[in-house]
Amino acid sequence: MEKAKKWPEKWQEVNPGCMVFRPGSTREYHTGTWRSQRPVYDTGKCIKCGVCYIFCPEGCITQDADGYFMADLDYCKGCGICAHECWPGAITMVEEG
Amino acid sequence: MSKRIGMEIALAAAEAVALCKPDVVAAYPITPNTHIPEHLSDIVAEGRIDTDFICVESEHSALSACCGASGAGARAFTATSSQGLLYMAEIVPVVPSMRLPIVMAIGNRAVSGPINIWNDHSDIMSQRDSGWISLFAADGQETIDMMIQAFKIAEHRNVMLPVNVNLDGFQLTHVVEPMMLPDQKEVDRFLPAYKPYAALHPDNIVSMGALGMPDIFNEAAMAKDQALVNSKKVILEVWKEWEEQFGRKYEPIGAYRMKGAEVALLTLGSMGDTAEVAVDELRDKGVKAGLLKMKLWRPFPAEELIKAVKGLASLAVIDRSAPFGGACGPVCAEVKAVLYDQKERPSITNHIIGLGGRDMVVGDFVKIVEQAISARKKKPREAYEIYGVRGS
Amino acid sequence: MNTVENFDLYAPRLVDKEEYFAAGHRACSGCGEALAIRLMCKALGEDTVIVNATGCMEVVSVMYPTTAWNLPWIHVAFPNAASVGSGVEAALKVLRRKGKIADRRIKVVAIGGDGGTFDIGFQALSGAMERGHDLLYVCFDNEAYMNTGIQRSGATPFGASTTTNPAGAASQGKNEWKKNIAEIIASHNVPYVATACHSYPIDFMNKVKKARAIEGPSYIHCLSVCPTGWRVPTEDCIKAGRLAVETGVFPLYEIEEGKYTMSLAPEKLRPVGDYLKIQGRFRHLTPDHIGRIQKRVNLEYNKLLDKVENLHSWSELEG
Repeated sequence: MEKAKKWPEKWQEVNPGCMVFRPGSTREYHTGTWRSQRPVYDTGKCIKCGVCYIFCPEGCITQDADGYFMADLDYCKGCGICAHECWPGAITMVEEG
Repeated sequence: MSKRIGMEIALAAAEAVALCKPDVVAAYPITPNTHIPEHLSDIVAEGRIDTDFICVESEHSALSACCGASGAGARAFTATSSQGLLYMAEIVPVVPSMRLPIVMAIGNRAVSGPINIWNDHSDIMSQRDSGWISLFAADGQETIDMMIQAFKIAEHRNVMLPVNVNLDGFQLTHVVEPMMLPDQKEVDRFLPAYKPYAALHPDNIVSMGALGMPDIFNEAAMAKDQALVNSKKVILEVWKEWEEQFGRKYEPIGAYRMKGAEVALLTLGSMGDTAEVAVDELRDKGVKAGLLKMKLWRPFPAEELIKAVKGLASLAVIDRSAPFGGACGPVCAEVKAVLYDQKERPSITNHIIGLGGRDMVVGDFVKIVEQAISARKKKPREAYEIYGVRGS
Repeated sequence: MNTVENFDLYAPRLVDKEEYFAAGHRACSGCGEALAIRLMCKALGEDTVIVNATGCMEVVSVMYPTTAWNLPWIHVAFPNAASVGSGVEAALKVLRRKGKIADRRIKVVAIGGDGGTFDIGFQALSGAMERGHDLLYVCFDNEAYMNTGIQRSGATPFGASTTTNPAGAASQGKNEWKKNIAEIIASHNVPYVATACHSYPIDFMNKVKKARAIEGPSYIHCLSVCPTGWRVPTEDCIKAGRLAVETGVFPLYEIEEGKYTMSLAPEKLRPVGDYLKIQGRFRHLTPDHIGRIQKRVNLEYNKLLDKVENLHSWSELEG
C-alpha cells in the first residue's frame, strides 16, 4: 500500500498509467458533508438485527461497543434507507443544521 | 543457432512472436494480416507454445482482451489492419495511457472507402498521436527482428508502452523471402521473461483505469508524452544489443548511398527496397541521389532527420496516405515541422504514392527524384501531389 | 409484507463484515447500484478481480488518486467489460499454469450497467459467454443510461420517461418493451443465469456465491434502483426493488443448465400500479397504459412459470 502524495501531484509524481495503489482510499473524502438530513438513533428500540447495516449503500454502518448499529457521520449521505427499513422504527431522519 | 528459412513473411512474423512465448494472443482475422494469427494458432495447436489464443468476436474485443491480459501481468499480442485498427481505435490510445506493453503487428492496408484490401499506410497514419511506439519493417528480415525487439522495448521498465510493428499488406505479408530466424535459446538470451510493473492480483491490490479529472489530466498527458520521448533512448539501446547479438544493425533512419547525395528520397516500409534500385539507376546516370529509409516512426526521430538531410539540396518525402484537406501528407508534415527551424534545409516535395495497393515501380521513383530536382528551380504549385493519377 | 419468506431478519449478522467497496465513493445518496456492488463483493471475497465497464460505478469509485475498491480492479472502456474480462481470465489461467503466479483460483467478475450490457457492450458479452470463459458477468440494471443523464436504453421499461424518449403531449415515453437479457444469455448455453435485486440481499449474495463456484461462464442480472433517474425518494430505494419483484415486473429466478427455478414465488402478485405509481418516471401513464403493462407482465410471468414447470436440465435431457 502506497502512501498518499501531496495533492496536486507534479507530472513526475503521477503514478504510471494513473494506477492507484491505495485500496479503499476514497475514505479520505468525507461524503457526510453532502447530506441535508441525518439518522438519529433510539437504542431503546434497536434490536441489533443489522438490517440497516446491510442496506446502507455507503457501507458506513457498524456496531458500537454495545452492539448497536450506527452510521459513521463522516460518510452518511442521509438517504434515509436505514430509517425506512428499520423494523422496530429505531431510526428517525432529522434535518441537518 | 539462427537458421535460414524461406517462408511467407506473415508466417515468419508469427514464428518470431512464438519465439517470444506470448501468454495470451487475442486476434480477429482481417486481410491481409490474417496469416499472422492463423499461423500462431497453428503453433499453439501443435503444442509448440503454451499460449491462450482467444478467438475474439471483433478487433475491439481483441485489443480489449489484450488489455485485460496485460493488466493481469501476461505477455499479450494482437495483429490487425485497416478497418480492424479503426474498430479498435477507441482502445488504441488507452493502452499507452495505462502503460500496458502490448505488441501489435499491423499489416498495413488502405482504410475504406471505397473498401480496398491492398496496401497503403492510411491505417497506421490515423493513429499517429495515440502514444504507441511505431516501427516500420522494409522486408522480411526486419519483420522478424522488429517483432522480437518490440517485446523487449515495450516491457523495459523505463518504457512500459505498447509497440506496433508495421509491415506492408501483401507487399510484405504475402511475399516469400529468405530470412534468418533466430532459435529459442538466442531469443531467450535477448528477451527476458516479462516482469510487470503492476498486475491484477489480490496479493497486491491495484486499481487500473482511473477517472482523471481536469486537475490531473494535464499532468497525466505530460507523463505520457515524456514516456514516448524518453523511450527513444531505450529503443537505441535495444537496437545496439540486437546488433551485438545478431549482427544486424538498426537505426531510426537508415541511409542508402547518402554519401555526397544532393537529392534524396525519404521512404517508410517496403517501398524503400524499390527506391534503392531507383537510386542505383540514378547514380549510374550521374545523378547524386540517395535514400533515407525511416524505421522508427514514433517517437519521431527528429535529431536523426536533421543530421540525415545535411547537405541535401532537395528531399522527396514519400507518403502512402492522403491528407484529405491537410497541409501535406503525414510524413511530410513531421519532416517540415522538424526542419522549419533549421537554418539550412533542403527544398521539400511531397509525393503520395501507392494508395489502395497501386503498384509503384522503379521508374516511378526515378521520375519523382527528377521532379524533386526541378522543384529547386520552380516550386510546384501544390504542397503535395497524389502521384500517378489518371487525368491529372 | 411477505419478504420474510426469503429474508431471515438476523441474517445480516452472518454476512462478511469486510467492506470491499469502501465509503467515500461519489454515488448519489440512496444509490441502489452502489449497495448492490457492496453486497456482491461481500459474496465474492478477496480472491477476485473486478473488470468494470464505464458507467456510474466506475466513475464514482475510482477518481485518481483514490479508489473505493479493496479488490484488484480494471476499467478500460464502455463496451468491453466482457472482453477485458476474457483477457484477464485467460491471463490468470495461463500464468497459474506456467507457475508464474500463486496456485489458487482467482475469480474474474466483469460488471457493467444496462448500457454496457444490453446495448453498447452486448457484442462483447455475447462473445465472452459463447467462448466459455470462467467469467461471471453481473449487470447492474438501473434501466437507462444513468451516468450520462438518464437516457433510454434497451433495458428501459415500456412507458418510462427518459431524456431521450420523454413523456409529452405527443409521446408516452418509451414505446418498446424491455429486452429480456437473461433469456438471451441463457441461449448461449451458459450453465448459470439468475435474476436478482439488492432489495433481497441474502438471495443476491447466495446467487453470487453459486455463480462464483461455476467453472465456466455465468450471468447475474441485478435490478438496481436509481432514485435519481426513477424519480423516487431516496429512502424508497429498497421498497421500489421489492415492489418490482412482488408485482411480477421483475421476477427473481435461476436458470441452472436450462432448468428454471423461482427464487421467490408470491402466492398472488400485487397489481403493477403499486410499483409504477411510486415512480416519477411513470407518473404520466394513463390507466390504459397501466392496463397494457399489467397484461404484458401477466403474460411474461406466466411464460416464466410455464418454463419452470416444463423445462428440464441439460443433464436430464442428455439421456
